Amino acid sequence: MRDRSFAPSRILIYLVVTLFAAAYLAPLVVVVLNSLRTNEEIAQGSMIGWPQHMAWSNYLTAWSGFCIAETCAGIRPYMLNSALVTIPATIFSTLLGAVAGYAVSLWRFRGDNWIYGIVTLGLFLPQQMRLLPWTIVLRDIGLINTLSGLVLIHTIQGLSFTVLFCRNYYIAIPHELIRAARIDGAGFFRIFWRIILPLSAPILIVTVIWQFTHIWNEFLYGVTFTTGQQQPVTAALIALSAAVADIPQHGVQSAAVIIAALPTLLIYLFGGRYFVRGLTAGAVK
Amino acid sequence: MSNVVSTATRPATSEMMRRLPEYLMIWVPLLLSAAHLISFSIWTIWISFTPSTLVPVSGWVGLRNYNSVLASRNWQIAFDNLLLFGIAFVLLSLITGLLLAILLDQRIRGENVLRTIFLYPLAVSFVVTGTVWSWLLNPGIGIEKLAHDLGWSTFHFDWLVNRDMAIWTIVIAAIWQSSGFAMALFLAGLRSVDADIIRAAQIDGAGPIRTYLRVILPTLWPITITVVVVQLQFAISAFDLVRALTNGGPGIATQLPALVVYDLMFQRSQLGRGAAAAVLMLLILLAVLLPYAAWRYVQRRQATHA
Repeated sequence: MRDRSFAPSRILIYLVVTLFAAAYLAPLVVVVLNSLRTNEEIAQGSMIGWPQHMAWSNYLTAWSGFCIAETCAGIRPYMLNSALVTIPATIFSTLLGAVAGYAVSLWRFRGDNWIYGIVTLGLFLPQQMRLLPWTIVLRDIGLINTLSGLVLIHTIQGLSFTVLFCRNYYIAIPHELIRAARIDGAGFFRIFWRIILPLSAPILIVTVIWQFTHIWNEFLYGVTFTTGQQQPVTAALIALSAAVADIPQHGVQSAAVIIAALPTLLIYLFGGRYFVRGLTAGAVK
Repeated sequence: MSNVVSTATRPATSEMMRRLPEYLMIWVPLLLSAAHLISFSIWTIWISFTPSTLVPVSGWVGLRNYNSVLASRNWQIAFDNLLLFGIAFVLLSLITGLLLAILLDQRIRGENVLRTIFLYPLAVSFVVTGTVWSWLLNPGIGIEKLAHDLGWSTFHFDWLVNRDMAIWTIVIAAIWQSSGFAMALFLAGLRSVDADIIRAAQIDGAGPIRTYLRVILPTLWPITITVVVVQLQFAISAFDLVRALTNGGPGIATQLPALVVYDLMFQRSQLGRGAAAAVLMLLILLAVLLPYAAWRYVQRRQATHA
């Protein structure tokens, strides 16, 4: 086996994967390097280059300095908006999805297959079919242009995923376990709390990572239902690009892009295994 | 049910009251989710048949909105782009994903690091991807400028601002972002091939490459279909990536259906037409999903009968 690793075909394999890895990493490297270059430096050359003086101040400007539409507070308020939408919506949709997934998989009740089938259609229905109705619903309940409105949308729409994930996980739990607990007099919530929840750590981690990544990265609802200071960070990045279109500030913009992408990148780096599991679970449906 | 004695002695209503919290916890979210999906779809379909412009109004205009959307240059360009983008992106990301999966499957060192590298773009938003690629592909500041600065003055790479080629920049960015997804699914498929099948092929005298081509790769075709469907679903509703990368431009050269819907609904206040365009998007999606659902159904029936 040892000499095989030096065979020409092995070298070719390593060469090809290294080239691909470089191509995948290149955009990240370029943005990281740019985030440390001054705007003048980039303007003189190109986006691709080595920083000359390590302009750490780009991060400070990106975080709390630059202006979008006459508000000069940097990306910080929009990061906060994204967090205030993503964290509650992730928690709500995961908890409600876990309870509902437990109910349709282990408790069974009349109409459970029907309602489960309809809810999972939400995986496929394009957002464009829901834009106008959400506009009207949000306006009628007074949540247009609020973070609560986005939390509501992402909670309800996220259920399609969370119910699916949890149901497919719980369906493998032996029914005898539940039956025995019910004979002992345990009710719906007691069984959930005492038996199901302690078994749920893997699927809850997958679900939380999936929901967090999706909601943090979401753009269409953010840009449609919020304006100005209420926008999530994805919408703010687009607004920033538009705001500086005449005099680009690529160094600061690069720093802003890094900051905006950091939460989901960190989650991916630390929870990669669960992230991939969510991807495949979401795909197989 | 759980406690026969107490339910028999207690009136049914108090049993209902006792179990009210669990009914609420189960039914309220599920019903809200199901109700919003059904009612929102029906409502949008209904609006597509009304003369609504700035605000939703009742009335019936038949297929007028559909005809006007289908006749508009905006939609025609969007649809042609979708065909090109959908096919090119899905094919190229399948090829890239399969190639990477096969390479990673060769028991190479550093597989975990490489897999992490190929998958990280999936954790990043399309807005970020689009923004970054709009810099790299911008001839004034990106790759073309770098080549010029390095002395290669004849180098030309202006797809981003070239009407005929701009759609390919979206293909490039989309492949960068999501070919890792195809790789992950293919790799899982390659790893789950039954060892007995491989051994049988080797006993029959097949060499490693032959075994790979004739025995292992053919087992991947159900995964291939899943990948194609998921990627097409993304392509059909692509919005963020285009918005950040080209914003539909130059001109309307990279228009896609989702951008047309947004434009009609929120920029031109043509609610009826916007809804019609959204329904057309749904129909395109169904043209992909219904055959897939039928195929899945047949597969499942065969699995239970076998």
